[in-house]
Amino acid sequence: MADIRIDYYPTHEHEGIKFRRGHTLPFGATMVPNGVNFSVYSSAAISCTLVLFERGEAQPYAEIPFPDEFRIGDVYCMTVFDLDFERLEYGYRMDGPFKPEEGHRFDKNVILSDPYAKVLGGRDTWRAQPNWDDVYPYRSRLAFEDFDWENDHPLETPIEDLSIYEMHVRGFTSHPSSETKNAGTFAGIRSKIPYLKSLGINCIELMPIYEFDEWENSRTNPKTGELLVNYWGYSTVNFFSPKAGYAATGKFGMQVDELKTLIKELHKNGIEVFLDVVFNHTAEGDHRGHTISFRGIDNKTYYMLTPEGYYFNFSGTGNTLNCNHPVVRNMVLDCLRYWASDYHIDGFRFDLAAILGRAQDGSPLSNPPLLESLAYDPILAKCKLIAEAWDAGGLYQVGSFPAYGRWAEWNGKYRDTVRRFLKGDTGLVGEMAQRLQGSPDLYPSRGPTASINFVACHDGFTLHDMFAYNEKHNEANGEDNNDGANDNNSWNCGWEGETDDQAINFLRHKQIKNALTILMVSQGIPMILMGDEMGHTQLGNNNTYCQDVEWNWLNWSLVNKNADLFHYAQQILRFRRAHPVLRSPTHFRHYDYVGSGLPDISFHGTLAWRPDWSAESRTLAFMLCGSHAKEGTIKDQTIYVALNMYWEPLHFELPTLEPGLKWHVFANTDMANSEDIHQIGEEPLLENQTGFFVGGRSVIILVAK
Amino acid sequence: MDFTITSEVVDKVAKLKLTGELDSLSARVFQKEIEKVALESPTELVLDLENLSFMSSAGLRVLIFSKQKMGVGLTIYIVKPQEIIVDTLEKTGLQHSVNIVDQYPV
Repeated sequence: MADIRIDYYPTHEHEGIKFRRGHTLPFGATMVPNGVNFSVYSSAAISCTLVLFERGEAQPYAEIPFPDEFRIGDVYCMTVFDLDFERLEYGYRMDGPFKPEEGHRFDKNVILSDPYAKVLGGRDTWRAQPNWDDVYPYRSRLAFEDFDWENDHPLETPIEDLSIYEMHVRGFTSHPSSETKNAGTFAGIRSKIPYLKSLGINCIELMPIYEFDEWENSRTNPKTGELLVNYWGYSTVNFFSPKAGYAATGKFGMQVDELKTLIKELHKNGIEVFLDVVFNHTAEGDHRGHTISFRGIDNKTYYMLTPEGYYFNFSGTGNTLNCNHPVVRNMVLDCLRYWASDYHIDGFRFDLAAILGRAQDGSPLSNPPLLESLAYDPILAKCKLIAEAWDAGGLYQVGSFPAYGRWAEWNGKYRDTVRRFLKGDTGLVGEMAQRLQGSPDLYPSRGPTASINFVACHDGFTLHDMFAYNEKHNEANGEDNNDGANDNNSWNCGWEGETDDQAINFLRHKQIKNALTILMVSQGIPMILMGDEMGHTQLGNNNTYCQDVEWNWLNWSLVNKNADLFHYAQQILRFRRAHPVLRSPTHFRHYDYVGSGLPDISFHGTLAWRPDWSAESRTLAFMLCGSHAKEGTIKDQTIYVALNMYWEPLHFELPTLEPGLKWHVFANTDMANSEDIHQIGEEPLLENQTGFFVGGRSVIILVAK
Repeated sequence: MDFTITSEVVDKVAKLKLTGELDSLSARVFQKEIEKVALESPTELVLDLENLSFMSSAGLRVLIFSKQKMGVGLTIYIVKPQEIIVDTLEKTGLQHSVNIVDQYPV
């Protein structure tokens, strides 16, 4: 009989609350028969107290010191009986030395949230004014684990077949034009699933959704008077809790259900979900920051410290998580396993991931144990792992990130090369050829799937702004335009900012189409930034981390205003999906290994078979042989793409096709709207089969059929 | 408002009438009632929510529990729920598991 087990009964009592020795693992608060098991680690605390609150109450209703015999090793554990799972909020007080020079910053006056809390209360509604006098502002809560997933599991789409859409939960549907009932929330995204499908992406990457505090460092812009908040959320308060303020049901504490419902619905529609995860630092900031959790629980374990006890700052944000400490490493692993198994997350993008490869003293490791553990973890075995392969401490590992055959990278070199090529810089044709092939120069053994290709992402100009601004315009951030990157490789097409000049606007749209086309015909995995498909602008601001304002939200009326862009984006995304020859999991071999008469890839110039690699060249054409699609396992059409970034039209001689096949035009960005791109299968026959005039700063795609 | 619940099972149809606010405390009462009617293996569960003004996550969880307890063959009808409850059901995805109707029999 289960209910007579001895461990279902209390052995201790404190102020009427009954409890007994708990289980050391798992860490965090876990529902067990008749009660809740609490387990927390601290290597240097001398005592620990469990603090219990009724939800929303200012003062705790009980504080239970862990009896000494409840500590095993460095872990305090206790099972408390008869708690109301739903009404309970809890935290810890840790006592120990306050000796910063030795790395200790204990303060038993502070109630600390649980590093393993599955739900965090206290910031339940986005930008609702908190009670600044709250004795315990970030409150640990329990999560129920009985969500009805039906038959759902992570989609496991081959990575080379993905088209990723990077989005901000709040920015996606907050704008009034989105006409969403639950603006700025997970439920809001769910209502836009038909849109995401019509666009043609099959993966969304959510900017940080771990609980963070939008009020962190909030201030007012002295020039505009607008409130500046932490909008992007790259500053984690808790790694296991979804951001309550991103859920319409956050005020009921149901953010877990709402997020899981969103993921389940996206999966039903064939769309994977990646999370942008930030393990490089936390919201506690440097020695001047406030204590929320890690600092008060075990400062020396969780953070990288200088010999004097100050915080190393490789993230540019005040502190750096001590990721290669074995205990922290396990927390990161526990966290990702939890999201993969309990939330069915398909992949993770690691913010400033180079930090994850640094030793406890900050030096780069040649064989970083955390990266290795993640790569070989059985629960994460089918998850996509993507590194932002650099950090703010100067470590730049694009192409050299310790990958263990698993990790892909945000390819920053792809972005830089394509931007400069689009701008018309010279000396780039050779490098463009590498980028189009999935950067075999960077990933010779890892294959093109190691390369996440992008031209724009949340960090920097939008695609529209890249062709509308020469300079960043970050004045609204209140930092005298000193923040944000300076190496934008942008070009305003002749006028800084918005203009009514039709020629300039035509050129800008053409450049956006050029960028989208190059992205979609490149080997590797394309990622587009939310709104780039409709010409979203940030008014020249290339660092909108603090801008929770209407101009920074996605303006859905742009779908109609820039209908040509949206239509083009839809068609070019479909083109990629329709042609496996664009999505090779392995690098090209540059010869004919299937007997089709053509090499898998060949390069051309204005003369067929004669690419112009010279320093002054701004043109490149390439042909992908359809018989070599997916290493010759699938038959596809042969595709020819010509890129002319010279400002004048140039005549491109076309490679001759085998008898019976003729070139047809799929896309020509130099054409006016409605003629620029065609439906798949309805590509018009090219009249002159021997050559084609490619307009200045234009891209054409031909298919053989 | 205090929570009250009544139930009856007739011909494999379990009818429950919920009044007041369904929070974590009253959810336990709700769950006990579900366990009671489950003994008669109903095929339909009819919840009259016309006079229920609030449903917390614990209340929603009892709906999930009902399915688990009585099997996927159980059809759940939610009769005349107030808008705030429909809204919560929708945002958390539970509306797919239940039938929201104006009256029973439908």
